Amino acid sequence: MLSDTYRKIATDGLWNNNIVFGQNLALCPLLAVTGTATNGLGMGLATLVVITASNGLISFTRHLIPSEIRIPIFVLLIAALVTLVDILMNAWAHELYKVLGLFIALIVTNCALLGRAEAFASKQPVKAALWDGLMMGLGFTLVLVVLGAAREISSAGTLFANASVLLGESFKFLEITVIPNYKGFLLMALPPGGFIMLAFLIVGKRLLDQKLAEKKAATDVLTPMPAE
Amino acid sequence: MKLDPTSTDPLKTQTLRYLDWLHRWLAPDNLAQLRSKLSFQTGILAGFALLASILLGITNCSTEGAIQQRLAEDLQKSLAEVVPAELHDNDMLQDTRTIPSTDYNIGTDETIVYIAKKAGQVTAVCYKFTAPDGYSGAINMIMGVDRNGNLLGVRVLSHKETPGLGDKIEVAKSTWILNFVGRSLDNLTPAQWAVKKDGGEFDQFAGATITPRKSVQAIYRSLQLFKAHQAELVKP
Repeated sequence: MLSDTYRKIATDGLWNNNIVFGQNLALCPLLAVTGTATNGLGMGLATLVVITASNGLISFTRHLIPSEIRIPIFVLLIAALVTLVDILMNAWAHELYKVLGLFIALIVTNCALLGRAEAFASKQPVKAALWDGLMMGLGFTLVLVVLGAAREISSAGTLFANASVLLGESFKFLEITVIPNYKGFLLMALPPGGFIMLAFLIVGKRLLDQKLAEKKAATDVLTPMPAE
Repeated sequence: MKLDPTSTDPLKTQTLRYLDWLHRWLAPDNLAQLRSKLSFQTGILAGFALLASILLGITNCSTEGAIQQRLAEDLQKSLAEVVPAELHDNDMLQDTRTIPSTDYNIGTDETIVYIAKKAGQVTAVCYKFTAPDGYSGAINMIMGVDRNGNLLGVRVLSHKETPGLGDKIEVAKSTWILNFVGRSLDNLTPAQWAVKKDGGEFDQFAGATITPRKSVQAIYRSLQLFKAHQAELVKP
């Protein structure tokens, strides 16, 4: 089982302190690519790999990095990693690169990576930092897919269009037409639609948290802590 | 090869001493005290930069060939889409000519033409061209033309047009681009080389006129480019 520390890192990354919902970071790549759920998934997976690697690398070298020049070193490491992934994918996973290539370079603009390096990886052991990167990446992927799906359904009436290009022919079943003969709602596919849908999602998350807190408070009253 | 133990022993002790020194230097306590020194900070930043450069340099050199090959494969695939396989028996990637194109292919002074030959005879040519004035940026296209100037096919390679409206120029989204097959400067008048809204032959899209209009104009200019160099291109 996971220890408490690791469970807390997981819940922080996935929900409580989620990159988008909790920290409101990474909005630039978020709004740029979430026109469809497939694009969101692609960007999410690419970010997941890079943020885990950068967290690990920065945690591994944390004793070498003086706090005065930590930012340039973090930026250097992240940029080098992203370029590395970009080159390697172009050479060895070219089909995937043609779909994701645009997003890979965008990861450099993702301030969440720098944020995790600064707030977590530079102070924690390698294993915890890798776990944090993985969970933050997963949480980010989750938001990208949900936002992409919501925008795709409302703008084109489809879900996971072109998923087979990204994931291979065996994932053709993901491509669903949710609303047949949908006339389309262009606004949602354009950047303003991203802002609007994101606002709805954040409100939804806050409402859910509030409901959960109320419910928890209610059960705490009904079942008082056992006496010492 | 057998090494003389007396000659390797000093080497071994020396290596061990260096490793031991490195181990003590890398200890968190030692680094904590070094970190505040300006010379250490300068050195470590340079060290990281050097490491990153070496790593990227090695990766770049070792993948250059593979990437070139992938790009060639991509080009091959695009060429195959606009020039039918039965029209040529040569490797079009190797059979190229460069023609000046300032007037017709806007934005490029020179256009690389890939020549399709069958039994030594030029049967068709193929080249990339650009509509620089699409609705939201350049539209990059490729087309194949037979030796008489009839279009064999046109495809869009990349564009930034509005999703859901202007992207119907892609063959994956609509059959619009297939309407150009068989058209030429001879079987349509210059006035017919336009979208229907402008009195021409080609459909515009509901809600998007600029994208198809500019595409038609670019294809028309590209055919003129072929005509201007036809004699030179089709001679064996």
